[in-house]
Amino acid sequence: MAGPQTMFDKIWNRHVIVQRDDGMCLMYVDRHLLHDGSFHAFTQMRNENRQLRRPKQTFATPDHYTPTTVARSIDAIKDPKLHEKVAALDANTRDFGVRQFGITDPNNGIVHVVGPEQGITQPGIFLVCGDSHTSTHGALGAIACGIGASEVGHVMATQCLWQRKPRTMRINIDGKLGFGVTGKDVILATIGQISTAGGVGHAIEYAGSAIRALSVEGRLTISNMTIEAGSRIGIMAPDDKTFEYLHGRPFAPKGAEWDKAVAYWRTLPTDDGASFDKEVAVDGAAITPMVTWGNSPEDVIRITDTVPDPEREANTERRESIRRALDYMDLKPGMPISDVTVDRVFIGSCTNSRIEDLRLAASVVKGRKAVVTAMVSPGSALVKAAAEAEGLDKIFTDAGFEWRFAGCSMCAGMNGDTIAAGERSASTSNRNFRGRQGPGSRTHLVSPAMAAAAAVTGKFTDVRRLMEEK
Amino acid sequence: MEAFTTLSAVAVPIDMVNVDTDQIIPVRFLPRPRTDPDYASFLFHDLRLDKDGNERPDFILNRAPYRDGKIIVADENWGCGSSREGAVWTLVANGIRAVIAPSFGDIHHNNAMKNGMLPIHLSKADCATLRAQLNAEPGAKITIDLAAQTVTGPDGARYSFEIDPFQKYRMLNGLDDIDVTLQHDKEFEAFESRYRKEATWLFAE
Repeated sequence: MAGPQTMFDKIWNRHVIVQRDDGMCLMYVDRHLLHDGSFHAFTQMRNENRQLRRPKQTFATPDHYTPTTVARSIDAIKDPKLHEKVAALDANTRDFGVRQFGITDPNNGIVHVVGPEQGITQPGIFLVCGDSHTSTHGALGAIACGIGASEVGHVMATQCLWQRKPRTMRINIDGKLGFGVTGKDVILATIGQISTAGGVGHAIEYAGSAIRALSVEGRLTISNMTIEAGSRIGIMAPDDKTFEYLHGRPFAPKGAEWDKAVAYWRTLPTDDGASFDKEVAVDGAAITPMVTWGNSPEDVIRITDTVPDPEREANTERRESIRRALDYMDLKPGMPISDVTVDRVFIGSCTNSRIEDLRLAASVVKGRKAVVTAMVSPGSALVKAAAEAEGLDKIFTDAGFEWRFAGCSMCAGMNGDTIAAGERSASTSNRNFRGRQGPGSRTHLVSPAMAAAAAVTGKFTDVRRLMEEK
Repeated sequence: MEAFTTLSAVAVPIDMVNVDTDQIIPVRFLPRPRTDPDYASFLFHDLRLDKDGNERPDFILNRAPYRDGKIIVADENWGCGSSREGAVWTLVANGIRAVIAPSFGDIHHNNAMKNGMLPIHLSKADCATLRAQLNAEPGAKITIDLAAQTVTGPDGARYSFEIDPFQKYRMLNGLDDIDVTLQHDKEFEAFESRYRKEATWLFAE
């Protein structure tokens, strides 16, 4: 009988078809998600005259190339480059027999919002998608990882994937999160602590009282940015909140199958005494609203902090890297981050575009006016409809925000939603790389609450102050 | 896939940590098919060229001996960020066959090996030594022997590296993954028929 096991080991072992002597494992893929950037693999399938092995376990939604400004139809997309990609996914999914939540479908949206929302993502499964933010789905207790285009083709043709078992790392986040502190602040603070290379080669499990206390949506935000911590996989123990979240969703198990599934899901959490290759503790109670200042998600400080001064950095390599980032971001060493003004605000992306994110942002915006250009792109058509039913759209538009359709939008910058060179954004997305939101763009990553605060004040503002005023 | 056996070539030092795949290939080039004849020109586009499309002379890949480099020696967390395989395709389109670094973004690392581009792990100190030598002597060569798992620096110093035996076998023989996998059809069918009985809820119509 095996000793105590981690949740990761339990799920991993269940999916191993073949294990070679050298440790490489052929893994069974339960669910494969596709988006409109997956065209390379479809081209490969056509060129090599292959079929999808398990099309019924494959789901697709266009998101990267969908414009957020025009009505939901392929014909309405005027930009030929965008039209081509969205139309190609439509044709490819039809030809290869894959269920697509197309642009006209009321269930369309960002692939990492749609998967959980539809109940396609479930505890205990192995899920892959050709997008690095596939780590998102781990919040429901699945092993979910991003793969490259060649691997997408491989999964299409074989329904499995060669993987070497990564090492394991548990990040224990304990303590009660403070007022105005969200899942986004938790993951930014964690990346600040362990660095963007901190999780390389490891599968991360997030545990601790702060994780258990978060809603499923807050957890999804944390798992989402696991890739920014260097790891492809960020799982969390499924619990009653997870089951309640999934119950009744279109692709979740039904009736007797539901009971059977839940009974299995309850066996998944890591056993007491199981060991990890690495353990890290994060003090959840000490986390405050966070803002990034540089061009890596690890370049992050508290809203009450000052921008680092390279002269005070002893490590020469780090000093040079800070200097380069401050130069690109046009920031002065040692200035308070709360003195930095913004030109644009973006609320959306697979990190922060779910209904709770929009509710939180709306609660800050309500009764105030945006003083800079600001937009909201809900994560899916269903999120959009839910927000409209609650009147959130009206709160945003009354404050001068643009209320857009769903898509990756200004996070990926592929669908025409970009910011101009030299402009500075407060963005709820996940990457502050140089040029991420358009050539020359300067991105600061924040929570939806902090983005809303930046929109109504024109600079980075401690949202706790605005929340207290209410 | 092109096999990788041995390579002796000019090596390019890139003295930056956390080089993300957005830098290696900016997002606006991703709609292009990988067969696009311009694919090579996308490499480090926004770092390599100025706003008017002129080469920045200070960018290392624009400098004469390094232009023809086939090996990159990098620093930590090379290829982090987005899963875009275009980052590998544009490197390969420029003739880059190997990247030596202390650590890699996991997805980029896998993508590299799918395309015959060898990611080699050496220690941070060894990478720093190699980069210093390559900076001091532009055009200096590095030799890689995959079968022997060695890197030989410009000064003749030899470094051993670890590589997954399966990936080594694939790279040495230029084998395509799908063909290797389809040899395991029997195991796949046996696994799936058992698994479908265990996890019935995943297969309900």
